[in-house]
Amino acid sequence: MSLQRFISEAISPWMKSGPGPEGDIVLSTRIRLARNLEHYPFPIVASDESANTMLHYTSKELTKDSYPQMGSLELLKMNELSPNQKRVLVEKHLISPHLAEKSLHGAVLLSDDESVSIMLNEEDHIRLQCLFRGFQLNESLVLSNGLDDWIEEKVTYAFDEKRGFLTSCPTNVGTGMRASVMMHLPALVMTQQLNRILPAINQLGLVVRGIYGEGSEALGNLFQISNQMTLGKSEEDIVEDLRGVVMQLIQQERYARDEIMRTSKIQLEDKVFRSFGLLTNSRIMESKEAAERLSDVRLGIDLDLIQGISGNILNELMILTQPGFLQQYAGKGLTPDERDVRRAALIRERMKLEREG
Amino acid sequence: MLCEECQQRQAALHFTKIINGKKEEMHLCEECARDKGEHIPGSNSYSIHDLLSGLLNFEQPMGNSDSYPSRASVPKQLVCESCGLSYERFAKTGRFGCSNCYKAFDPKLDPIFKRVHSGNVRHAGKVPKRAGGRLQIKNQIEKLRKELQHHIEKEEFEEAAKVRDKIRDLNKDIQDGKGDV
Ligand SMILES: [Zn+2]
Ligand SMILES: [Zn+2]
Repeated sequence: MSLQRFISEAISPWMKSGPGPEGDIVLSTRIRLARNLEHYPFPIVASDESANTMLHYTSKELTKDSYPQMGSLELLKMNELSPNQKRVLVEKHLISPHLAEKSLHGAVLLSDDESVSIMLNEEDHIRLQCLFRGFQLNESLVLSNGLDDWIEEKVTYAFDEKRGFLTSCPTNVGTGMRASVMMHLPALVMTQQLNRILPAINQLGLVVRGIYGEGSEALGNLFQISNQMTLGKSEEDIVEDLRGVVMQLIQQERYARDEIMRTSKIQLEDKVFRSFGLLTNSRIMESKEAAERLSDVRLGIDLDLIQGISGNILNELMILTQPGFLQQYAGKGLTPDERDVRRAALIRERMKLEREG
Repeated sequence: MLCEECQQRQAALHFTKIINGKKEEMHLCEECARDKGEHIPGSNSYSIHDLLSGLLNFEQPMGNSDSYPSRASVPKQLVCESCGLSYERFAKTGRFGCSNCYKAFDPKLDPIFKRVHSGNVRHAGKVPKRAGGRLQIKNQIEKLRKELQHHIEKEEFEEAAKVRDKIRDLNKDIQDGKGDV
């Protein structure tokens, strides 16, 4: 049914309604809860039969009614999807690489607007994820908590008074919660301030990592800030600590942007418009270059140097120009060289659409 | 910032570990982090395996003075009777096999949790409604059992019978799914 839509559109409906709170810097907020059922071995040691039973039971329970105002969830089973379809879902952050590649009887339940994803038979029996645009930690916490209660009405969780929610990996035990905020921090990177700030953030038990890019650096100046610790702190406290740090990063990034605009506006404008020129004219573009240029243009949009283009173009094209999506559009497998050509064409087309529309 | 391991690629991952109150910082590229087995939250591509197994192996008696294997020096194997996972295997994979593993390996878990969760070993967050309700009843039963024992020792049989009935009712509640509020 809607598999086609889950697969073919880069921008999830939840992202479409424009930037969220603090949307010039925070692209999205995510909360993920890891849960397991009592009496079933965890997926990594489960037999084929046990994994199958757990999937049938849980997916039936979770689809027989729906969470208020959410509509029914769509079940996608991993063994019924092609490798490239799975890749596309990974690129949209709707499923994890582990679920796509390594799970036994893995499946995902997706809400219609793709803001809620419930993975089954991932590393844990249940991985619930809520995505919000912009900076919306409270909203994410409320929704994930509500969904968690809704799920717990139907299945019995493995829970222990002392250790909390029992998870397959010791790094998730307790709350089972990972809250993360995706931020665009070009000015802090440009002014080389981020590297100085990072150690202080780590000290608070938070982790900063790049989101895109296969090896080394954070492509597109996109970073994910998340809590590392899940045991010994309440969900509210974890979110509160994360919020404090994100607020500071937002402030620092704004200072840095102001500073650049004040001291080197013409250089910044030059950089932004060069990137704009490359995106609108190139015939071959590697993913790394695309990410850099898109980040520049997005900064130009946020600083009002470029008008008439939606800021969504960064998120959208970052997802759209990854291998899975390019191949989905091409309808066939592509070599890296072919992908670079297709990527350039797709970006040109998209930029043209923006300027006309 | 360059990766402190290979000094070639940009450090993309920044870790702070608190070990015995001493802070240790690490700045690694993704490749080196993967090689070192550092865990990256929110990602499943890497794991804490090596980090954990390093810690866990440390705990096991190694470097015994007698170098030849003797039966007596083989430490008693901890095994989870629910899923069959041995502690040794857990140490290798860094993954529990089932919820009972937490009970089976409990005496050895505090140091691991302390290290992974900045010194914490006890849950301080949400208690799920149903599981929480059942826990309360279970705790109540536990208390009543002690009371029952006490009455029996003192030969207060009338009191003991009352307590026994209470326990029976509570057990029935659990079976009927009450406490599943
Ligand atoms: Zn390195
Ligand atoms: Zn077990």
